[in-house]
Amino acid sequence: MQTQTVDIRNKVVEEDKPWKDFMRSFLRHRSAVIGSVIILFLILIAIIAPVLTPFEYSAKSNDLMQSPSANHWFGTDEMGRDIFTRVIYGARISLWVGFFAVIGSIVLGSLLGLIAGFFGGWRDAVISRIFDILLAFPGILLAIAMVTILGPGINNAMIAIAIINIPTFGRLMRSSVLRIKEEDYVLAAKAMGMKNGRILFHHILPNCWTPIMVQGTLSFATAVIEAAALGFLGLGAQPPEPEWGTMLADSRPFIQTAPWTMIFPGLAIVLTVLGFNLLGDGLRDIFDPRMKQ
Amino acid sequence: MLAYTVRRLFMLIPVLVGMSIITFGIVHMIPGDPAQTIAGEKATPQRVEEIRKELGLDEPLYIQYGSYAKGLLQGDLGKSMTTKRPIGEEIGPFLAATAELVFAAMFIAVFFGVNLGILSSWRQNSWFDYSAMMIALIGVSIPVFWLGLMEQWLFAQTLDWLPSNGRLDPRIQMEPITYFYVIDTILYGDTEVLWDAVKHLILPAVALATVPMAIIARITRSSMLEVMRSDYIRTARAKGLSEFWVVYKHTLKNASIPVLTVIGLQLGTLLGGAVLTETIFSWPGVGRYLYTAIGERDYTVVQSGILIVATIFVIINLIVDLIYAWIDPRIQYGKK
Repeated sequence: MQTQTVDIRNKVVEEDKPWKDFMRSFLRHRSAVIGSVIILFLILIAIIAPVLTPFEYSAKSNDLMQSPSANHWFGTDEMGRDIFTRVIYGARISLWVGFFAVIGSIVLGSLLGLIAGFFGGWRDAVISRIFDILLAFPGILLAIAMVTILGPGINNAMIAIAIINIPTFGRLMRSSVLRIKEEDYVLAAKAMGMKNGRILFHHILPNCWTPIMVQGTLSFATAVIEAAALGFLGLGAQPPEPEWGTMLADSRPFIQTAPWTMIFPGLAIVLTVLGFNLLGDGLRDIFDPRMKQ
Repeated sequence: MLAYTVRRLFMLIPVLVGMSIITFGIVHMIPGDPAQTIAGEKATPQRVEEIRKELGLDEPLYIQYGSYAKGLLQGDLGKSMTTKRPIGEEIGPFLAATAELVFAAMFIAVFFGVNLGILSSWRQNSWFDYSAMMIALIGVSIPVFWLGLMEQWLFAQTLDWLPSNGRLDPRIQMEPITYFYVIDTILYGDTEVLWDAVKHLILPAVALATVPMAIIARITRSSMLEVMRSDYIRTARAKGLSEFWVVYKHTLKNASIPVLTVIGLQLGTLLGGAVLTETIFSWPGVGRYLYTAIGERDYTVVQSGILIVATIFVIINLIVDLIYAWIDPRIQYGKK
C-alpha cells in the first residue's frame, strides 16, 4: 500500500515537468518571447479597439487625406476616415481570418493525414494524391481560383485560405502518424485488442501535436498575408470593411499625395506577420533542439 | 537515375489529371447557373443561352470534362470569351513577360540570398550576422504587394530614379522576337533600349525577390553552419587552404542541397507572387492576364491560365527533384 502511494506521487511530478521545462526554455528564447509579446499586443488592441479611438471605422468626415497629426495619428483617407481607427479595427479582421483559416486547415488536414497515415493502403494513396494536387498549385493562385468560384468576400477568402493550407498539415500529420504507430506503446495497445478509434485518439493524436502547433503558428503568418493579398486584389473583404489589404488597394490612387494611407496598413501587416514568424521560429527551436543554431 | 526519372514522370500523370479536374471545376462549380453568372446579371436570355452552348454547359458533366480533357491533350486551351482568340496563342507573350520577371527575381534572390547566408555563417554571432538575419526575418514578413507599392512611392515617384510601370517606355517601338525584352534588345543591339528594359525590370524584380532572398539566406546560413562543423572542413582548414576556398568550395558544395530544394520551392512562391507584383507594376505577364480575366469574368482564360501556371510549377519541381537526386548520390530514390 505504502509503495503504491509513492509511485503515484512520482508520476505526478514527472507529468508536471515537461510543461515547466517548456516554459523555462520558452522564456529563455528571445524570438519566441518577442513574437508572443507582439501577438498579445495585437490581440489586446483588437479587443479594446473601441476604447482606443473616438472615431468609427467607417465614419466619413470633411478632413480629407490629412497627414498624421495629434488628432489623427495616422492621418485620414480619401473619404476623411481616421486611418488609425481603421488600422486597429483591421487587426480584428486579420486575426479573426488568420485564426479560423488556420484552425480549419489544421482540423481537416490532420483528419485526412491521420486517416492516410494510420490506415494506409488505398486511403493513403487517394489522400496523398489529393495533397499532391493541391500542392501543385502556387497557393495564392489556388485561393484566387476558389474565390473566383465562390464569389468575393471575407468568408470565402477564409475558406480558400483554409483549403490551400490543408496539405501542409495533412502531410505533417501523416508522417508523424507513420512514425508513432510503430512505437511500442501503440503496438502494445493493438495487441491488447484496443479499438482503432481509441488508439488514434488516445495514443497517436496527443503525440502528434507538436509539429502541428509549430506549423500552425507559421501558417498563421502566411494566412494573414494571403488574406491581405486577396483583399488587395478585390477578392477578400469588401469596402468599407477596414481590412488591411483592401485599404492598400483603396489608397493606391493616392500613393503620391497621401502616402500615409498605405504606409500604416502595410506596417500593420508586417508587424502581425513578424510576430507569428518569430513565435513559430521560437517554438520550432524549443521543440526541435536539432534545428537550433 | 533513369528508373527514378521514369517513375517520377509516371507519378506526374495523376497530379496533372487532378489539376485539370480542379481547373475544369472553376467554370462548372460556380454556384447557381454558370452561364448566367458568366454573362452577367444584365445579359439577355439569348446571350446566356449562347454561352451555355459555347461552353457545352448543357451536356452531362462527364462529357463536358471529356471534351475539355481531349482539347487539352491536343493543346487546345479554349478561346478567350472577351477577345475570342485562342488562349494558347494569346498567352505566349504574357508567359514570356512573367518568365523574364521571375528569372530576374530568382537571380537577385539567389545571388544576394546565398552570399548573405554565407557571410552570416562565416561570421556567426557577429553584428553582421545579427543584422543580416534580422533583415531576412523582416523580409519574410513583408507582403510583396506592399513592398511593391512602397518601392513605387519611393524610387519611382519621390526620387524619380526608376520607372514605375510597364516593360518599356511607351514611346519606344520594338517588334518583339522572343518577348524577353532584355534578350530582344540585345539581339537588336540597341543598348539604350536595353538599359530602358533593365530599368523597368529592377523594381518589380526586387519586390518579387525579397521573400525568396530572405528564405534562401536563412537556409544557406543554417546549412553552412552545419557543414562547417564537420571533420572534413576542419581537415581542409588544417591543410592550410585559404578561407575563401574552404567556404566557397568545400562548404558551399555540401551545403547546397537544402538550398537547392528551397530555391525550387520558392519558384512556386515567385509564380504566385508574380500575380500580385504584375498587378502593381502593370507588368504584362500571366498574372496580370489572369487578374484582368477575373475582373472581366473571362472564366475560360482563368481556367487555362491557372492550369498553365500550375503545370509549369509542377514541372519545375520535378526538375528540381531530379537535380537533387543527381547532385547527392546518397539519396537512393530508386529503392523505396
